[in-house]
Formats: sequence, C-alpha cells, structure tokens
Amino acid sequence: MISSNEKTIFGKVAYLICEEILKGNYNEEDRIPGVRDLAATYEINYNTVIRAMEVLQREEIVYQKRGIGYFVCTDAKKRLRKAQREEFMQKTLPEIFRQARLLDIGLDAITEAWEKTK
Amino acid sequence: MITIKDLTFGYKRSGENVFNNFNLEMHDNCIYGLLGKNATGKSTLLNLISGLLLPKSGSVCIDGLPSGDKSKALLEKLFLVPEEFMLPNWSLKKYIDIYRPFYKDFSQEILDSCLREFELPTDMKLAKLSMGTKKKVMMSFALATNTKVLLMDEPTNGLDIPSKRQFRKVIASNMTEGRTIVISTHQVHDVETLLDHVAIIGRDGVLLDASTTELAEQYTFGLNPAGEILYSEKSLDGEMCMARRTPGEDETPVNLELLFEYVNAKR
Repeated sequence: MISSNEKTIFGKVAYLICEEILKGNYNEEDRIPGVRDLAATYEINYNTVIRAMEVLQREEIVYQKRGIGYFVCTDAKKRLRKAQREEFMQKTLPEIFRQARLLDIGLDAITEAWEKTK
Repeated sequence: MITIKDLTFGYKRSGENVFNNFNLEMHDNCIYGLLGKNATGKSTLLNLISGLLLPKSGSVCIDGLPSGDKSKALLEKLFLVPEEFMLPNWSLKKYIDIYRPFYKDFSQEILDSCLREFELPTDMKLAKLSMGTKKKVMMSFALATNTKVLLMDEPTNGLDIPSKRQFRKVIASNMTEGRTIVISTHQVHDVETLLDHVAIIGRDGVLLDASTTELAEQYTFGLNPAGEILYSEKSLDGEMCMARRTPGEDETPVNLELLFEYVNAKR
C-alpha cells in the first residue's frame, strides 16, 4: 500500500494523488489531471508521473482509458481510507502513545488539545 | 536520437584535444542532464551536436544526419540555447516573424504559455533585457519551435529563485513525445527532478551514462545506508552516503551531487 512516508519521487506523487482523493478533490470516476499537467505542477519528469500512475493502477486506485487519461476507481476512496486508517492505528498512534507516556501526558491533555483544533 | 561516434576534437590554438574517440548516444523521449567538471567540454559538445563546431574525426549525427552538414533537414530538428548570447535590437514580435518560418512545427500557443508562465509580456524590446529575461525569452522561443532536439547550456544561470521554478514547469509541461532535451549544467538542484537520464563526462570520456531509474535501482542515497558505502560526505544531518542498494531495499531519489562526486572520485 502507498504510505505517507514514501521516499521516491514517484512514490510521493502517488501518495499526493491518494491524498487528493481522500480530501474529495478527485472523486470516483473523475478524470484526474493529465500526466503533463501533473509533471508541471510537481516540476518533475513526465516518466516519473507515469511511474506513479503505474503504482496507482496496480493498487487499483486509478484506471486508464486509452487516449483519454486516468480515472479514479470506484471504491478507491473507501479502500484508501481503510488502509490509511490501519496505518494510523498500527504505526502512527502507538508512536504518539509511546511519546505521551514518556512525557507523562495524559489522555485528558490530549483531548483538550484535540478540542482546540476543532 | 543523437549519435556521437569516435569523436575527436580539439581547438586549433590549444595542443590538447577536448575529446578523444568519444562515444555517446542520446535517445528520444528523454531529458538528459549533461554534467561534468569545468573544462571537460560540455559546451563544446553541445556546439558539436549543433554543427557549430566540426569534429577532427569521427561523427556527430542527429537521426543519422551529420551535424556538420548543416542541412535543412537537420537544422529544422534542432535548437540550441547557449549560456550567453546577444539578441538583436528588435521587438520580440519582429524576432518571431523572422525566425519562425524556419521551424515548421512552431507553436504560438506554446510561446504564449511559456511567456505567461515566466510572467513576461507577449511583446517587448529585446535589446534592453537583463540576462535572466533574455534567457527566459529564448527558452520560450526554443520550446515553441517544437524541434526534435533541444539543447540548453546552463539554462538556469542568471535566473532568479521563482524563475527556476517556472523553468522546471515549462520544461515539464512541454516535454513532448519523441523529443530529446539535453540540459548541460552545474546547478544540479535546479534540474534534478526533471531528468530521466544522466551523462557525466570527464577529461577522458564518458564517466557515467545511465537512466535515473537504473541509478535508483542500483544505489541508495541517504543517511545510514544498509549496503556498502561508495561515497559519503558530512552534512548537518549526519553522514550523507551513496551506497549499493541491497536486494529488496526501498529505492531513494538519486542525489546527483553525491553521484557526481563518486563518479569523479572513482577516476
């Protein structure tokens, strides 16, 4: 699965596109911006964008219509959210808990901070 | 495709040759970074590819057409943006009217979009422009000619910080199918993400010729590598290393500066 800490440029681009889908900027069955436009936006090589698209196709997040472009798969958002939530619960949250325990920060302090951001 | 075969070249006044039996191929659909230390012949090579200089022996061809012949078929395939150049005392409009007939695929649309990206007006007096603006105008025109081969010598020299960004955008959005773009530069950070192929030349020929995909598969760049360290340099974050990639290890983006140092140190 594509994660938030991808190191390669194509991995990062793939993740950014996933984020746009999660944010609802690219909806299911929408055409996402063209490869050349994405290359210009991120100031990268055309072929790097193609590689990112290959990753996204393999994960069935986008599909290609020949000569037209790339489209967001049905259910992509649902599946992405599920996978990203799992990553958050299994990786990100345990690390936050570890640090909170280390610094003796209780759940009430975290709840208070959480409410403030709303 | 650019094919350089057994090229030998030297300037008349200097005894030493710049190239001795030099071989390099540059393929279609690629953006090449042409790197090399000072005085290794990067600009000379671009001039040889464009037929401005002639080889002592060997050949330089674009799609099989020798550069030195300066044939019409060759010249309409080719555009060179030199590092420094003069523009005539004309308006941009006059410049376009005079030069566009040489390029059958010239696109006014691309020209306008590049000038817009660089935040330049569509017409201006060319003689009074600063070095950076002249470059931006010339690069916009170069991309608009839609030539198959586009050579750029130190294109980001003289560009301010936002213009470097704009430069990457115009190149990324105008790299069309079948084209070969060659960017000779020392400013690797300005172009790093754009390249899909790297050629490093030294005094005794080509030191490295590889696609960035191959390089990312073979090497890793970063702190605390898993594989054998090939080259390292101290940085504020710690020891930045170029290492052999171990099987199954995550790929990292290619760090051209480390790669360049490694390739030159190996000699």
